[in-house]
Amino acid sequence: METTSYNGKLLRINLTNSQITSESLNLDLAKKFIGARGLGTKILMDEINPTIDPLSDDNKLIIMTGALTGAAVPTGGRYVVVTKSPLTGMIACSNSGGEWGAKLKYAGFDGIIFEGKAQSPVYLSICDEKVELKPAEALWGKTSSETEEILKAEYEKSSVLNIGPGGENKSLMAAIMNDADRAAGRSGVGAVMGSKNLKAIVVQASRNNIPVTDSEAMRKEMLIAMKKIKEDGVTGTGLPTYGTAVLVNIINETGSFPTDNWQGSYDENAEIISGETLAEKYLKGTYHCHRCPIGCGRVVEREGKNIGGPEYETLWAYGGNCGVHDIPTINEANFWCNELGIDSISVPCTIASAMELYQKGYISEEECDGVPLTFGSKEAVVEWTKRIGLSQGKLGALMAKGSQRLCDAYGHPEFSMSVKKQELPAYDARGIQGIGLNYATSNRGGCHVRGYMISPEILAHPELLDRTKTEDKATWTKIFQDLTAVIDSMGMCLFTSFALGADDYANFLNAGTGTTHTVDSLLEAGERIYNLERIFNKKAGMKAEDDSLPKRLTEDSIVDGPSQGQKNHLNIMLPEYYAARGWVNAFPTEETLIRLGLEENDRS
Amino acid sequence: MIEVRLFATLREGRGKIVKLDFKTNFNGIQLLEDLKIPQEQVSIFLINGHHQSFEKLLSDEDIVSIFPPVGGG
Repeated sequence: METTSYNGKLLRINLTNSQITSESLNLDLAKKFIGARGLGTKILMDEINPTIDPLSDDNKLIIMTGALTGAAVPTGGRYVVVTKSPLTGMIACSNSGGEWGAKLKYAGFDGIIFEGKAQSPVYLSICDEKVELKPAEALWGKTSSETEEILKAEYEKSSVLNIGPGGENKSLMAAIMNDADRAAGRSGVGAVMGSKNLKAIVVQASRNNIPVTDSEAMRKEMLIAMKKIKEDGVTGTGLPTYGTAVLVNIINETGSFPTDNWQGSYDENAEIISGETLAEKYLKGTYHCHRCPIGCGRVVEREGKNIGGPEYETLWAYGGNCGVHDIPTINEANFWCNELGIDSISVPCTIASAMELYQKGYISEEECDGVPLTFGSKEAVVEWTKRIGLSQGKLGALMAKGSQRLCDAYGHPEFSMSVKKQELPAYDARGIQGIGLNYATSNRGGCHVRGYMISPEILAHPELLDRTKTEDKATWTKIFQDLTAVIDSMGMCLFTSFALGADDYANFLNAGTGTTHTVDSLLEAGERIYNLERIFNKKAGMKAEDDSLPKRLTEDSIVDGPSQGQKNHLNIMLPEYYAARGWVNAFPTEETLIRLGLEENDRS
Repeated sequence: MIEVRLFATLREGRGKIVKLDFKTNFNGIQLLEDLKIPQEQVSIFLINGHHQSFEKLLSDEDIVSIFPPVGGG
């Protein structure tokens, strides 16, 4: 058999009847959809009816490694979770770093397909080829770190993936955690795992490497890529020194840092919660995921112990968006997001929307049950994070369903700053046109890392585009989305793209899997994945009007700071984007599907 | 008066904020020279929150924000 960086083997776990089977991976299919995000979506499309209830037994939870996860490539250790999202009702695809993905590959599997539902809590243990389902009653109710600690005591040198109480309680914002503080955070993938009574997956592996098709070519590309990553200012200096938190000041200086649930866009107190302040006063160390030369992970201290520190998104969501200018409080809230296994973007953004409902008198003081949802309240952000994770109290349980369902319940859907019911990340799209187009067209709902237009519009990478203009944003957004789909499917970290180009990724993939990709064919593979996700959404019931932005971004101008007076002009960019994609009314035409070899997938 | 805000590694030895007296015909190139910041160390150069070239002439009361290559997501 041809040597590739795929193991050629998938695990299928039927939780209803406890049947465990190992099956061959179709290598042609794997190469067409690369791995992880692409391959996981293809398998989900083939195996479920997209109209099913995401929290029913009919949904499947697919955990898939990338084509190069585990290979000797920089940052090659990621996995993705693909399922139907209970938050958006559309495709969910959340990825995570750490060590777990590489361990699964070393144990001999490319991915795991979970189906059905266990009658009582279970966990899966994988010790190389030995795979067993075990009772997890004793783990149910434990936090993420408690679960990991118990399993690691039993399984030496293992890596643990798990859900916390957030997933057990089926919070629609529940994450899947691994290796302490790493998270497949978005779209409520943890709730799907919880709905299946699956608490954890522990993996032990004897190997620490995998074969590739052309090891000499891989070694050469590795040297080239490592040099580029070390020499690039972002990956070589900026991210290692400050982490993603460095963005607080940058985004704020452009007047694109949403405050108080996007009522403002410039934060006079941003310096207090900035990456510079974090590095100067609170940083205890850095964290590197598997084979990562960058090390953007922050380590901070809590009660004498080192814990994972906040990302930019979390500093913004609690700091700017909830108005809490205090890093220790944000560290504490972030700690509880990780412990309870809930998304540290969607959760604080839901708290921010509740704060606006409270500010305007729609949520009463009585409903707050002793902890008023006041913008700027340190106590509120920590306490309501816990209440959401535990689905505690009437309001806590409602907020655990995310901001859209919360705001709908109070008759003010406009206070949910979300797309497709998923909360928006930390960049005001009124002053940055292209990121708004990306938000609106992201297949998994409000998200910055489907097509990170902040790179050209703010960071001048690879070149500077005028953030206030709509020209060319459609084609740039499409290319960023397609390349990102490739990187996510390869199992590498998106941050490598600050230093590497599409040619580097093509060289890596070809050396690993024996493909003959050019830059054009690689981008087309990414386009294929993006279109496949869109077909899933169409079949799941997505409508053209779901490609939209909250009215606040398209109708209300920014009221403060350097971007005052600006709005997002999605209406101009969207038709240009659909034309660039070969879509009509938000969906691919037959001609586009045939060009991408996806026509069979669009049939019901 | 021109307010120059420095960020990340550019603060080392210079501080967070530097205030310069306004001069006519003064642009980013001269400003960087005054602050002893090599142009190649500057990745993002904002005047009043908007990206500008170093050649653009500065006006009194302008706020200039300068960042080295940094990024994230």
